[in-house]
Amino acid sequence: MSTATSSPTTRPLPLTEGSFLQRVVRGAVTPGGAVFILLAVLFVAVVAVNPSFGEPPQLIRFIGRTAPIVIAAMGQYYVIVSGEFDLSMGAVIATQVVIAGNYIGEDESRVLPAIGLMLLIGVVVGLVNGLGTTLLKVPSFIVTLGTMLALGGLVRFLTGGAATGNPVDTFREIGRGGIQDVPVLEVLPYSVIILVAVAAGSVWLMRSPFGRTLIAAGDNPDAATLAGAHVWWIKTRAFILSSLSATVAGILLVGYAGVHPSVGAGYEFQAITAVVLGGVVLGGGRGWVLSAAAGALALELLFSFLNFQEVESTWRNSVQGLIIILAVAVAARAWSLGRRPSSRPAPPAPPSTPARPGTETGDN
Amino acid sequence: MRHKIHRAPMAVASALLLGVFATSCSTEDPTGSTTGTDESSETSESPDASESPAEEQEWFDQELYDTQFEQRSATFEGDPEEPYLQYIDGEMTDTAEYKANGPMKACFANASISNPWRQTGWITMNQQLKDLQDQGVISEMETRDAGDDDNTQIADIDYFISEGNCDAFIISPNSTAAMTDAVERACETGKPVVVFDRGVQTDCATTFIHPIGGFAWGIDTAEFLIDNLEEGDKVVALRILPGVDVLEQRWAAAEKLFEENGIEAVDYFTGADPTEIKKIITDELGKGEVQGVWMDAGDGAVAAIEAFEDFGADYPVMTGEDEMSFLRKWEETGLTGLAPVYSNFQWRTPLLALQKIFAGEEVPKEWVLPQTPITEDERADYLEANDGMPDGHYAKFGGENLPGYPEVWQERQIP
Amino acid sequence: MSATAARTPGTPESPRTPSTPDGPGATEPKESARRRRAARPKGARRLDSTALIYLVLVGVVVVSVVLTGIEGRNFFSQGNIWAILTAMSVLGLIAIGQTLVILVGSLDLSVPYVVSLSTLIAAGGMKGLDANVPAAVFNTLVVAAVIGLAMGVLVSVFDVHGFIASLGVGLIVSGYLATNYQGSHGAAAPDLRLMGRSGIASIIPTAFLLLLVAAALVTLVLRYTRLGHHLYAIGGNRDVARMSGVRTALPVISAHVMCSVLVAIAGLLLLSRTGVGSPTIGSQGRYDLLSIAAVVLGGTLLAGGKGSVIGTMGGVAIFAVLDNVMGVMQVNPFLKDFVRGLVIVLAVAVYARRSVVRRPPRFGGTRPVLPGAIAGSTQKGEGA
Repeated sequence: MSTATSSPTTRPLPLTEGSFLQRVVRGAVTPGGAVFILLAVLFVAVVAVNPSFGEPPQLIRFIGRTAPIVIAAMGQYYVIVSGEFDLSMGAVIATQVVIAGNYIGEDESRVLPAIGLMLLIGVVVGLVNGLGTTLLKVPSFIVTLGTMLALGGLVRFLTGGAATGNPVDTFREIGRGGIQDVPVLEVLPYSVIILVAVAAGSVWLMRSPFGRTLIAAGDNPDAATLAGAHVWWIKTRAFILSSLSATVAGILLVGYAGVHPSVGAGYEFQAITAVVLGGVVLGGGRGWVLSAAAGALALELLFSFLNFQEVESTWRNSVQGLIIILAVAVAARAWSLGRRPSSRPAPPAPPSTPARPGTETGDN
Repeated sequence: MRHKIHRAPMAVASALLLGVFATSCSTEDPTGSTTGTDESSETSESPDASESPAEEQEWFDQELYDTQFEQRSATFEGDPEEPYLQYIDGEMTDTAEYKANGPMKACFANASISNPWRQTGWITMNQQLKDLQDQGVISEMETRDAGDDDNTQIADIDYFISEGNCDAFIISPNSTAAMTDAVERACETGKPVVVFDRGVQTDCATTFIHPIGGFAWGIDTAEFLIDNLEEGDKVVALRILPGVDVLEQRWAAAEKLFEENGIEAVDYFTGADPTEIKKIITDELGKGEVQGVWMDAGDGAVAAIEAFEDFGADYPVMTGEDEMSFLRKWEETGLTGLAPVYSNFQWRTPLLALQKIFAGEEVPKEWVLPQTPITEDERADYLEANDGMPDGHYAKFGGENLPGYPEVWQERQIP
Repeated sequence: MSATAARTPGTPESPRTPSTPDGPGATEPKESARRRRAARPKGARRLDSTALIYLVLVGVVVVSVVLTGIEGRNFFSQGNIWAILTAMSVLGLIAIGQTLVILVGSLDLSVPYVVSLSTLIAAGGMKGLDANVPAAVFNTLVVAAVIGLAMGVLVSVFDVHGFIASLGVGLIVSGYLATNYQGSHGAAAPDLRLMGRSGIASIIPTAFLLLLVAAALVTLVLRYTRLGHHLYAIGGNRDVARMSGVRTALPVISAHVMCSVLVAIAGLLLLSRTGVGSPTIGSQGRYDLLSIAAVVLGGTLLAGGKGSVIGTMGGVAIFAVLDNVMGVMQVNPFLKDFVRGLVIVLAVAVYARRSVVRRPPRFGGTRPVLPGAIAGSTQKGEGA
């Protein structure tokens, strides 16, 4: 498999040449970089509205509570960058939450077996999604929509709609507790540690042959296949990673919020929105995993900003919709820098001459 | 040259389309379509804004408010041990014409079982059904679940009318106005129609069963918070979703009372998602102190309390619901609280009403069931009585004397 | 009784081949097939997947007939057929709109909110009076068209992916709905309500006729107009279409406008049944995901460029029959979702693989073709 990726282009892409500073500046104009600017702007805005938000203890709590959606977004990233969708995330989270509530219950000795069981279920769901998409050739939107309906329905059918109750507190500590008496931060939530670990793992994974092949498979599956990559297995692994991320998010959410049938509802759309906000292209082949994470953080910051601003509750959806569209529209403009360099016969255009928007051509 | 080929089928199809409209809306006036074009240049936001005044108090109905205010202290007929059979004295429907010999078939058009409250009630209703089947009153109950969709429920009722062979209809409307026509069609069959929970805008039903109502809930909860808070204190109101009348009425009453008594209230829609609730409370605490929490349904109350714990803030004065999770957390934390009740035992009443109807006994035209909040003093009794029930169970479910108690509720067996 | 049974296998053919009325039936003469290929180059390949979809539908119907019979009911009874066709109407209209949008490579997630908004505008405008019907209907369609226009412009001019553009616009509309409408609003005109209940011989509702007309119209547009051909071209590959001299913006915008207008008509149908405008009626029906599922179930490629309205109708019918039989059997509501999920995946699996492998190469077949590679390429959304 590594042989498939060991034939890099001889000409470096614009993002990989020049000094570090130049690269950072150029990177910031791509959608994947612009999200960090958006993040900074939102952060400044929130702090301006509510200065105490900028204090380390509050900030670290905020990061802790956004960990589930950030992890979910990174999971969704694998699937999207490979050119697919995963709509089953919310249902996977709901399933894991119910398992935590009903299987662990008040029995502390079951915590570890339960985590094992949850991870196993995550792998199985991911495998079903992946194989359904790659071997059965059913579009992933449909496979994962199917898993979403089937899994959600089955779990509620088996449990009578709701789990028995919250699992034992030691299990919930994972999502709710943290290391106390940390200097500056006061408390370091476990969820932040898990988040950092997942993020580091993701970066490493995307730099590994698997990550390179994944992007190649998303960009052009034909080419990836011709180059010798097992696209079906690459994509299936992306789905497994997505389900596992949902599982981790589920474990954190049980801790954070407790057991409830609506935990995880809508997570798939939140995660997809976050990933797209992070400049990752739907359809695959483009985007950075940490941009997806930043997209999720930006989205959560936006919600908090709306809360702090006391925007009338009924208008919040509208503001959210507007900002998503604006962010993505601006990002789409910024694509002119790194857009489809591979499809051009000539070397990639320098940043000073952005490609013209598609609508101006095609005159007949 | 191609264009000519294209037009013929288009013209045929357009004629077809016009034909369909002509047969269905015979009085449609084509000249009228030239009016009202002024909106075409506007964005999607502006049209119709003039026609729908964005009044905050659209849900507030002073007359209904006053009625429910009175009903809170009304005397209920019947045995307090059987609250699901109690009612406020009023107009009765004579049902002698429905008197039946032998078991009859009931058809139940349910809005949904998509939340713990409806699930608990649905379990109770099924056990009540078993009881009545054993007694030979009801032969079977055919149920269609609309999955929270008005359109589906209309189709369900129509299906019952044409295909169901029903001897009686039980309808738990998904929404008030939209279901009115369908309920009227059910009434036109001449069979008894029992409506419960949310109402409809027609009084053709044999009986309409409901607890006192949303305004009563709002009054009970807001008065409790006002009594236990001081002027200028802040209350976070956690609401599930907009546009559902039973929920909107709760907030309409509470909001009015908060305003009148100088309580600062901010409201949020949470979708009953505990994650959302916890975030909202945390953000509110980050902004400043919060003295009270008001909920339009107790679902997710625990998350709200936990948000205070995790933030290290003092517990708020709080109103939840008679859901076990809230009662347990309430006892554990010892906060000042109240558990308002939207009487879950009403799910028994429709079938019991049919029993009366098929026996030819008169039933109240509007069957108002008691709706009394659980106070701190009563809490221990309800916790004891419902020991072993899951968190999503409702304390006032009223099924203690039904077959299958308590296992069926403990295991949440949903048919 | 046998009306649907007889029509079911016939439907894929009859509206699809208006130029060759003598070629119905499964065993079609090669002559007409060739002629159709000449009319629209992609026609021949669609036959396979569309026929398969209707085979799946027939299978679902057969199973349903048996299961309904076990329950002691008649699947083909007047009331049951009416119920199924009614259930098809609203989702069908939305799914036709969704087909257009998906064909061109976009997506419409704003559907539920546009449905709700159109019931509110129409009901608010009618105020229960017949005289107000034309103006109210006109306003509703115009507002929907403007929303569609906004999404189309976002997708085509501003290069925002359809997923985000429609999600964002949907959220904006939902905020507007929640702020301005608390609960039901306005009243449908008596004539409209009458239409909601009217039909032919108590078997075919008027709403379903409307659906058939819309399906026929859109099929004609797709097959016989330049716009239709451009929709396929852009959905297949936007860059190639542009380089081939297609103005890509206009077809994308048109698809979104047509979709939103069709969605608004679906809203009017809902209004004719409920009698009042409702800010939540669209979300209640889960029309966004269900319409997309129906479109894909109908053999349309989610990435765009391939598909048909006839197939979509088959997908909608499969859903309607499935829901109907589960209702008759009183399946646990939670289990219903389980079955729906399973059927969606299995039904698509039946024909997804086959139709994809048979897909001919885009340019004359000179390019070396690996089945695996082509199959893989169809999985990929040609993003903006």
